[in-house]
Amino acid sequence: MILVVLDHDGSRLRKASLEALTRARRLAEALGERVAGVLLAEGQAPVEEARGHVETLYVAELGPYTAEKWAAGILEAAKAGVKAIVAPSSRQSRTYLGRVAYALKAGLLEDTLDSWAEGGQVYATRYAYLNRVTQKVRSALPVVLTVKPNTTPLAEPLGAQGEVVALSLPPVATVEVLERVQEEKKGVSLTEADVVVTGGRGLGSPEAFQKVEELAALLGGAVGATRAVVDAGWRPYSEQVGQTGKTVQPSLYIALGVSGAVQHLAGMNKSKYIVAVNKDPEAPIFKHADYGIVGDVHQVLPALIHAVKKLKD
Amino acid sequence: MKFIAVIRQVPDGESRLRIQGDRVDLSGATLILDQMDEYGVEEALRLKEKHGGEAVVVGFGPERTEEAIRTALAMGMDRGIHVVYEGYADPVTVAEALAPILKEESPTLILTGGQQADWDSQALGGALAEALGVPVVAWTTALELEGETAKAKHDLDEGAEWVRVRLPAVFTTQQGLNEPRYPTLPGIMKAKKKEIKKVPFGGGSRVEILQESIQEKTRLQKVLDGKDPVAAAEELVRLLHEEAKVI
Ligand SMILES: Cc1cc2nc3c(=O)[nH]c(=O)nc-3n(C[C@H](O)[C@H](O)[C@H](O)COP(=O)(O)OP(=O)(O)OC[C@H]3O[C@@H](n4cnc5c(N)ncnc54)[C@H](O)[C@@H]3O)c2cc1C
Repeated sequence: MILVVLDHDGSRLRKASLEALTRARRLAEALGERVAGVLLAEGQAPVEEARGHVETLYVAELGPYTAEKWAAGILEAAKAGVKAIVAPSSRQSRTYLGRVAYALKAGLLEDTLDSWAEGGQVYATRYAYLNRVTQKVRSALPVVLTVKPNTTPLAEPLGAQGEVVALSLPPVATVEVLERVQEEKKGVSLTEADVVVTGGRGLGSPEAFQKVEELAALLGGAVGATRAVVDAGWRPYSEQVGQTGKTVQPSLYIALGVSGAVQHLAGMNKSKYIVAVNKDPEAPIFKHADYGIVGDVHQVLPALIHAVKKLKD
Repeated sequence: MKFIAVIRQVPDGESRLRIQGDRVDLSGATLILDQMDEYGVEEALRLKEKHGGEAVVVGFGPERTEEAIRTALAMGMDRGIHVVYEGYADPVTVAEALAPILKEESPTLILTGGQQADWDSQALGGALAEALGVPVVAWTTALELEGETAKAKHDLDEGAEWVRVRLPAVFTTQQGLNEPRYPTLPGIMKAKKKEIKKVPFGGGSRVEILQESIQEKTRLQKVLDGKDPVAAAEELVRLLHEEAKVI
């Protein structure tokens, strides 16, 4: 069995889960295995949608997320005999799957760009060295594999009516959730956005981000921030792009008043096109940019907004 | 009380990477204590300062990893343990190598970085926790001891939460948890005399690296002069629309 972890937002499967399904089906075909899904939920879960994608769907109602409960749920589903576990790559999955991989003594292939099976082994490509190096890696079975978002075509539903199996788990109570600090969600999510407009310390003030938001909205994109900006309290941590923030890979990444430190580049250097606006012609970001303007962001940004509006009219 | 920081030595992000025979060659790179692990060292030191006890640094990697262990000792850690292993090891293998040592030490808690700056793995915390049969709290930004438990704040994929966790537990660290101190000159002198116990590891990695390549995407580097911001902005938008076709 190839087991897919079907991540969801409480009402629908996430796009990343459909990518994981595509990868799982490819492995299943090459290894002569069937695909099953596991849906871990806190409250409502999209059971009907999920069973359209798999022959067997394991469902567990687990309450608030903890790595221990999620790992236990997956291990329970895996008891039916598992060759590979495929999951969308996220901070959370990369934590609880560390537990799962250890428990199964499986090879763990994290955040893969591509994957395939050959001669009973699983191969994958992934980035390393803060996204600077591409690795080709191999593991024997069993394997636990996470799929980097936006790397894989989305799976179509099989039109199946998968059998639903409810998992019952003994209570796991080593971590008690005291308080959730929900993030305010507006617009497109940063990691899924096709356009990201990031502001750095060069913007000079939190107020200057109104214009960043305006440009992002015009382009149907999301706002990003550097660590310098987050540390200064100008923007929430959830918007930070980089080694300790989010990794993004949009078609268009616009960096405004961003110096281009390696830790920042690690989160965005795989973007298709990178645009930089910086007043310093020597700023490292220009070496990593396709297009750039050497100039004061306070003059260039309004002009950019105006030019985009003109184009749209 | 005993606080353990698990660390590795990695290339400095600024240093040049070379490829030799299909693999990354670090011989010319500046190697440092992984900055993500540094947050763990700092937190172990702060916990010890507040609650007393011992702060121990455990390093995994080749002989040269001793330098990173010395850095942690110079920051103030009491003693070091070095699990010596050449080459790449996946997180499950690293956890297997470290588990017997960590069990024997029986610490109050264990800290390690949220992501490795060389292999880009985020799984060591989870794998270690499983190996020890204890809980894991990932991407921790605040940590307080409360008797047999700890209260911690940590990031989720969306948002953050406060949790209470039974100790011992593994915490993965990140920016925001603290500001790591610099080793002082007296600290460096003292570190020379501190014990580092060497432990060989005979196991092997489950995951093999077959090939590594540096694919710095060649960028167009078309830079416009912004003295006339309106003209530059219009030209940029034209290029993005007509040439790159991304807007
Ligand atoms: C372990 C670790 C993890 C890290 N993780 C991250 C991470 O995830 N993300 C991240 O971003 N950083 C991270 N950093 C920090 C990183 O090293 C840099 O400090 C940070 O990215 C700098 O942010 P910045 O470019 O906004 O600010 P600065 O470096 O201050 O650069 C500001 C830029 O704006 C330009 N500028 C100033 N005024 C103007 C103007 N009026 N018009 C146009 N341009 C102007 C300047 O020329 C300069 O290039 C990390 C560091 C460490 C040690």
